[in-house]
Amino acid sequence: MQPFNFSGLSARGIEFWRGDRRVLADVALELGAGECLHLLGPNGAGKTTLLRVIAGLLTPEQGTVRWGSRETRDDRDAWCASFSYLAHSDGLKPELTARENLLYDVGLRRPVGDAEISGALAEVGLSDAGLQTAGTLSAGQRRRLAIARVVLAATPLWILDEPYTNLDAAGTERVSAVIGRHLDAGGAALIAAHQPPAIRNHVPRRLELA
Amino acid sequence: MTAQTGMLAAAALVFRRDILLALRHWGQVAQPLVFFVMVTTLFPLALGPELAQLREIAAGTLWVAALLASLLGLELLFRTDHADGSLEQLLLSGQPLAILALAKGAAHWAVCGLPLVLLAPLVAIGLGVPAGASCAIMLSLGLGTGILSALGAIGSGLTLGLRRGSLLLGLLVLPLAMPALIFGARAIDLAVHGDSARGPLLLLSAMLALCITLAPPAVAAALRISSE
Repeated sequence: MQPFNFSGLSARGIEFWRGDRRVLADVALELGAGECLHLLGPNGAGKTTLLRVIAGLLTPEQGTVRWGSRETRDDRDAWCASFSYLAHSDGLKPELTARENLLYDVGLRRPVGDAEISGALAEVGLSDAGLQTAGTLSAGQRRRLAIARVVLAATPLWILDEPYTNLDAAGTERVSAVIGRHLDAGGAALIAAHQPPAIRNHVPRRLELA
Repeated sequence: MTAQTGMLAAAALVFRRDILLALRHWGQVAQPLVFFVMVTTLFPLALGPELAQLREIAAGTLWVAALLASLLGLELLFRTDHADGSLEQLLLSGQPLAILALAKGAAHWAVCGLPLVLLAPLVAIGLGVPAGASCAIMLSLGLGTGILSALGAIGSGLTLGLRRGSLLLGLLVLPLAMPALIFGARAIDLAVHGDSARGPLLLLSAMLALCITLAPPAVAAALRISSE
């Protein structure tokens, strides 16, 4: 894997309201190359909201998100090209096979070959399921497939919302290993999860949302 | 950094993916088409087999049926993508969303609009329309369904987040489609009576050009709002 050109992510004074409820109040975070930030907090603390604000899917009432020296909203397309986002929903098409899902989704970001797709499927333990339609995969297998998409996108920053949902023990370990390799290569990961991610050689920093 | 996919290659991928998806669940895609055939065959049954009378209402019947059929088809445009989260992935793909929206609209037209256009001359024969008008019918409906796909995509994008968006979608799109309906039906009517349909067809073409240029950014904005 080639090292990433990581610019550093920083968010300052993020404030977000949903109706008359303040979901995020003055949240700040910093993330550098090779770092992993574990976002935790009880249900409804605003973990997903914060990830969506950083990804640019939600516009905060106040605060800025910076990628390197630039504000992310100034050049949305360039910002989107530098991270991959694993959402709550896997974003897979049930009618397409696992390989087709990866081909069309990752293909939007960069040209991707058959061998690379096979490699990514093997990394998440789905080598045998490549030709199965996503609709016939189990919830855990779909989660792994969604993670394979993140791997293939080869972006410096990963934003993962509950990556361990529906995964068995072996799957959890594989995903942690995948994240570990990404960090070793100089990438960074922002992870919202209830359990602390156990990544070899890396101790995730914690950010607790009240 | 690795090489990035170009804008046009990305649009082609979206187009191919949507066509493939439509082929995999073609039953759903065929529904608007069946609806179109059903509605247009109901008129001769209800009004009687008098061909001269049917010929008079053929233009209006074809157009209203096509309008309602493409409204049905719009349900497929963004709703499933929104539900399974793949719309979010499109939004975050780093490609200009307006171009992707245009590709999705084009795929939608190829799947829902084009078969309707090809079928229309056959249906028209049942309404007593002379075969000489087939060309005008196909042109009029071809341009018209394109306009409807573009307008419908905006409405569909805006009503995505709403639970019962379908009714609102009709209320939003149908008034905007009225100019197209007026000139489209006029073109067919002229051709049925053996006159040149050139004038209204040129106006329809202008409307389609306007829709293709202005709708994609509007759709992109609508999708961003709906996914908040």
